[in-house]
Amino acid sequence: MTINNMTFRLGGAAGDGVESSGAGLCLALTRGGLHVFGLPDYHSRIRGGHNFFSVRISDQPLYSHEEPVHLLLALTEETISRHQDKIVEGGAIVYDSGQVQDLPLHGKGILALHGKGILALPIPLSEMAKEKAGTELARNTVALGVAAGLTGFDPEPIESVIRQNFGRKGQAVVDGNLAASEAGYREGQKYAADFPFKLERIPDAPPRMVLNGNQAFAMGALAGGCRFVAGYPMTPGSPVLEWMAAHAADYGVVIAQVEDEIAAINLIIGAGQAGVRAMAPTSGGGFSLMVEALGLAGMTEVPIVIYEAQRPGPSTGLATRTEQGDLWFVLRASQGEFPRIVLTPGSIEQAFEAGWRAFNLAERYQCPVIVLSDHFLATAVRDVDLEALDFDAVTIDRGELLSEAELDALKGEYKRQAFTESGISPRAIPGHPKAVYAPSSDEHNEYGHIEEDAENRRRMMDKRMRKLETAVKEMRPPALYGPEQADFTFVGWGSTYGPLREAVDRLNAQGTRANMLHIVDVWPFPAESTAPMLAAARRTIAVEGNYSGQMADLIRMATGHQVADRILKYDGRPLSPEYILENVKRKT
Amino acid sequence: MGNVKDFASPVRPTWCTGCGNFGIWNALKRALAQLDLAPHQVMLVSGIGCGSKLPDYTHANGYMSLHGRTVPVATGVKLANHGLKVICTHGDGDGYAEGLGHMMHAARRNIGLVDIVQDNRIYGLTKGQYSPTSHQGRVSKTSPWGAIELPVNPIALALSAGATFVSRSWSGDIDHLADTIARAIQHRGYALVDVFQPCVTFNRINSYDYYRPRVYKLQEELGYDPTDQMAAFQRSQEWGDRIPIGIFYQIEDRLAYEEQVPALKAGPLVKQPLEKLRPEQIEALRAEVV
Repeated sequence: MTINNMTFRLGGAAGDGVESSGAGLCLALTRGGLHVFGLPDYHSRIRGGHNFFSVRISDQPLYSHEEPVHLLLALTEETISRHQDKIVEGGAIVYDSGQVQDLPLHGKGILALHGKGILALPIPLSEMAKEKAGTELARNTVALGVAAGLTGFDPEPIESVIRQNFGRKGQAVVDGNLAASEAGYREGQKYAADFPFKLERIPDAPPRMVLNGNQAFAMGALAGGCRFVAGYPMTPGSPVLEWMAAHAADYGVVIAQVEDEIAAINLIIGAGQAGVRAMAPTSGGGFSLMVEALGLAGMTEVPIVIYEAQRPGPSTGLATRTEQGDLWFVLRASQGEFPRIVLTPGSIEQAFEAGWRAFNLAERYQCPVIVLSDHFLATAVRDVDLEALDFDAVTIDRGELLSEAELDALKGEYKRQAFTESGISPRAIPGHPKAVYAPSSDEHNEYGHIEEDAENRRRMMDKRMRKLETAVKEMRPPALYGPEQADFTFVGWGSTYGPLREAVDRLNAQGTRANMLHIVDVWPFPAESTAPMLAAARRTIAVEGNYSGQMADLIRMATGHQVADRILKYDGRPLSPEYILENVKRKT
Repeated sequence: MGNVKDFASPVRPTWCTGCGNFGIWNALKRALAQLDLAPHQVMLVSGIGCGSKLPDYTHANGYMSLHGRTVPVATGVKLANHGLKVICTHGDGDGYAEGLGHMMHAARRNIGLVDIVQDNRIYGLTKGQYSPTSHQGRVSKTSPWGAIELPVNPIALALSAGATFVSRSWSGDIDHLADTIARAIQHRGYALVDVFQPCVTFNRINSYDYYRPRVYKLQEELGYDPTDQMAAFQRSQEWGDRIPIGIFYQIEDRLAYEEQVPALKAGPLVKQPLEKLRPEQIEALRAEVV
């Protein structure tokens, strides 16, 4: 018997409520004091197809999903055929006997499935849903009830989530779902003795938040003074636009869904020029449209933040899946050369921090800041302590913004792009009579007037690029996780954080010394602090979700360090601890 | 009344002698002075092209952006600070080719912008290609067999997108142009001012002599009612020997976009205090996901 260490997987078609149930289950388990890592997986369609949601559960904090499945809840036949090989010895498949008939699973009982003993439980989920809640749609609620009964998990937190989630649909719907859940629970209890994976509620656990990277970033941005958001919906960035819209009225944020991503970035440039902290959420394709204007922001030194949540390309690739394929793109996008800052958070906490930090960096260095996220970080949910999103650490630093007194004291024509030692010019928000100016996207002089002179051009390029010499001092070196001395040092960035961290833990537990360097501040690349860390490693292995090993290439360019190996994944699915360990074994 | 000289900049225009942009420039400064607006109360947004250099030659807040993106940048400025008078100055390539989509959406929004299009019906800065308002059959460097497509009809497009102020004037009548611009500045919402701007270097066809006998003023037409949208559509189809100028359509009872944004009820966004979240706000955010 194993307690508090397992993975549920709920599978069905789009429209079956797989995602909402999965999210609800994560919340319920957290309210029961357990730790969760929830991972949705869905197709780019609204109905039909195959969606599934995996919930890994533990009594210890989790940072990653895992590949094995202990309990598969199948609303459709396809769920069984797709996932049966992931089920562990002693695991179970609960399936809707009303929907799934034509399988080599007749009757109940232990099956030999892929050489493993697996409990097959056909349960009339649809029937029970119709009976208790009046609709087949509630069969996912029944399934979760069955899962609770099988594992012995206290149904109370599940009920509290049902009341919360269905509350606005009326008491009848709430009652129906409660009844459905209860019926499922009693059904599950019948087979509990045959199922060795148990869940025990942890009493007196502190309340914890359950959220994904999109939500964490949005909260961080709001906390960091973001008050203007313009965007065009694109998976997986749209939820940030929606979150902002939902909070706009209460928090004084202007949000505009505009005609395209070109409009979105130009709106935030206009807003940034006018003195407001502005952001546009998008994905790779939308960022592609924003590229020309990125240079406009860099040239005219307007602070903006872009949240680019990557998904597999090229072109429109796999809309609902994950990849880390845009790193070099965001580093070099737009014609010519100009300063930009790129952050690559990899966890919920890091996404929150990037949210507010991005705006300080944008205003301090008066340049575009790109927060590079991805579908995995954006949509996977985790529980974190209330204090894990550190609101106290948030600062709002507007950089070299001229104060009212300083503006009053200005003499002569104001130089928006004055040459300074740092390259950062004192910035006036338009509207003061003494600071009237007009920057140009063309090369310009200190006043912003168009200027083609060669010497001026050279000095202006130097001035703009020089800002990075100061910015790089704020870029943190990779964070080390694991023992200082190791035989392998994984080098990762962004959302590989969680799976890598777990891989490191497992290797060390097995007696292999491993650690990891995780990069969150990518550009300007902190070469000075990073190079010695890489040099000190016995053997570096780059781990990333793209075809070419883009971070490995960047490291080589910036520090000269050549990683010994690359573990790459580009099938649209996130890296897992198992995938990493398998590949380590193969390479060593 | 303000002084036109307040808007004088040390930078001299690089426009050709006789360029219609001089007239537009003068009319704009006159309108601003007439309305007692000071340089810091105004933001001139432009794109790329000869006309788009206007903010560089004018002492006022400005921003010279990208080809075709004048209107979205101006929209962002207006939403961030609706206390500013935001005026777009850009050409027919910027406004009616690259930026045509943005114009339609700005009109739909009724966002408070003055959209002055310096319409010379050719591409000047890039030296002589035809433009969206060139006539069908127009021979140019990129249409040696004559332009195949029909020209854009900006008046009709703006009307069909729901624009609440649709007007036209020309560089040959500074009084009319200044007056039209002043009315556009005072308008509630989006205001299009399409301006026939002779280009002496690259468009020898649509010159001052071409327009002078053709243009007639709508406001001098007996019984013309600028609140009648259908009448405006009808006039928008008039072309050839008689070309209407003036205010085709104007209504003041539709709310501007910025009047309907919840966050702006408290005043211009840029003037609202930028502070860290309060403890009760943080608690509320946390509670949403517990």
